[in-house]
Amino acid sequence: MAELIVISTLNGVLFGMLLFLLSSGLTVIFSMMGVLNFAHASFYMLGAFFGYQLTRWIGFWPALVLAPLLVGAVGMAVERYGLRNTHKHGHVAELLLTFGLAFAIEEIVSMIWGKSPVDYRVPAALDFPAFTVFSTNYPAYKIFMLVVSVVIFIALLVTLKRTRVGLIVQAALTHPSMVGHLGHNVGRVFMLVFGVGSALAGLAGVIAGPSLVTQSDMAAFLGPILFVVIVFGGLGSLPGAFIASLLIGLIQTFAVALNGSLASVFGPLDPSLGASPLTDIWNVTIAQIAPILPYLLLVLVLIFRPMGLLGTRES
Amino acid sequence: MLEVRNLHAYYGKSHILQGVDLDIAAGEVVSLLGRNGVGRSTTVKAIMGEVPPQGTIRFKGQDIAGLPSHKIARLGLGYVPEHRDIFPSLTVRQNLILGIKDPRRPGKWRLQEMLDMFPNLARRADTPAGVLSGGEKQMLTTCRTLLGDPELMMIDEPTEGLAPLIVQQVGELIARIAKAGVAILLVEQKLSIAMKISNRVYIMGHGRVVFEGTPEQLKSNAAIREEWLEV
Repeated sequence: MAELIVISTLNGVLFGMLLFLLSSGLTVIFSMMGVLNFAHASFYMLGAFFGYQLTRWIGFWPALVLAPLLVGAVGMAVERYGLRNTHKHGHVAELLLTFGLAFAIEEIVSMIWGKSPVDYRVPAALDFPAFTVFSTNYPAYKIFMLVVSVVIFIALLVTLKRTRVGLIVQAALTHPSMVGHLGHNVGRVFMLVFGVGSALAGLAGVIAGPSLVTQSDMAAFLGPILFVVIVFGGLGSLPGAFIASLLIGLIQTFAVALNGSLASVFGPLDPSLGASPLTDIWNVTIAQIAPILPYLLLVLVLIFRPMGLLGTRES
Repeated sequence: MLEVRNLHAYYGKSHILQGVDLDIAAGEVVSLLGRNGVGRSTTVKAIMGEVPPQGTIRFKGQDIAGLPSHKIARLGLGYVPEHRDIFPSLTVRQNLILGIKDPRRPGKWRLQEMLDMFPNLARRADTPAGVLSGGEKQMLTTCRTLLGDPELMMIDEPTEGLAPLIVQQVGELIARIAKAGVAILLVEQKLSIAMKISNRVYIMGHGRVVFEGTPEQLKSNAAIREEWLEV
């Protein structure tokens, strides 16, 4: 049991930090532009595929730096030439643009790399067990992922709180037009934030790719969980996104690891009752319902606290 | 310095500005007066490009109609909006820092000078600006714009909702800015400050300028005051 707790906590925090790499960008972009970027998880997928391709050409370490930069450039282009032009037609147009973009990226990725998983492997330098907890070898690569996420998290925090650009971004979250009246180019700040947000999603893809599966449906798989995270944390709240990321990461990881069911707690149902829907409910394990837990949480949050954990707006 | 000719602006289908003309010379203090809803705030918003303007707006000889607001600000036109628009989650000091357009080329106003001028702001320099009182917010937002070194400052309703004593302080600050050679366009509903510090006043009604003259001329013209200002 202790082993399960230690391993699941490590894995949960890791998954949570990965989610935060994605949700931080998404929630800041939402705050600034008032638009939920449906294509955000697609940038994560692009990161994984760019990482895979660049690793084959120039090796993992250069790819780790280059792939997120490429994804960031794609993101900036999307803002500059796509969103900025649709902005004047209102939020629905912007939303549809990101929605269409998500499908387009998925199709393009499967045209280039196919629909089956690509062989994106953990680099040899990190392919060893970092330490052994009880009987489980914990892979060094996962520790590496954790370190990268934490470093990025700290860098993000310092940039936002301690630099001039960070101040401008924070101010533009609530009063973009006033920031413009003070002589700061808000359009460029938006493009930069969109670029950095996409690059962070790309980085998450590069480092998660070898550990999870790099496949053309990975965006569609992660996207909905991402929305749960930012709605749960409160749209536009960075601390909220952080707490929600960790929480969802831990909940999912623990749920998958637990095999408990009502039957294992209260004993099997009396066989004389026969087979009924109740038997199914009685025997379903926590691991089996793990995938729906985030959405259940989403529904509960929307009913009882629509603005999310730390959000301020009602929407 | 600022030249506005035949300025029109719309909110949706309503025609708010119907041909506004006004001029401000360098170093001049001009007030834009009028009742609620006559288009005073819309005039400054249109000049800053926050409301799409139609017509001619020239600042220092350059046509600025429809430029993005950061470019207008960088030409030396400062704007303090009606609702003060401080950044509530940032500290007082951080709010002021954002007024500085280029930290490598400081203007003639210093951040420390602002804090010295207003002990209330200095005391709260490192607390979030959201907790300030209305008067303190007005001082903060005016100082913030001043740090950007404007040659002309447009200040929209600075005394709105403030107690008489604070109104007086705001008046003193504006007079001080004017004395330093910064031209001012003051948008006001109350006459008190405007009459005291203005070189000229404009009165707006129904989306255009209906009176232009010195404060003395306005004082002696009861008919105009009655028709366009008094409630």
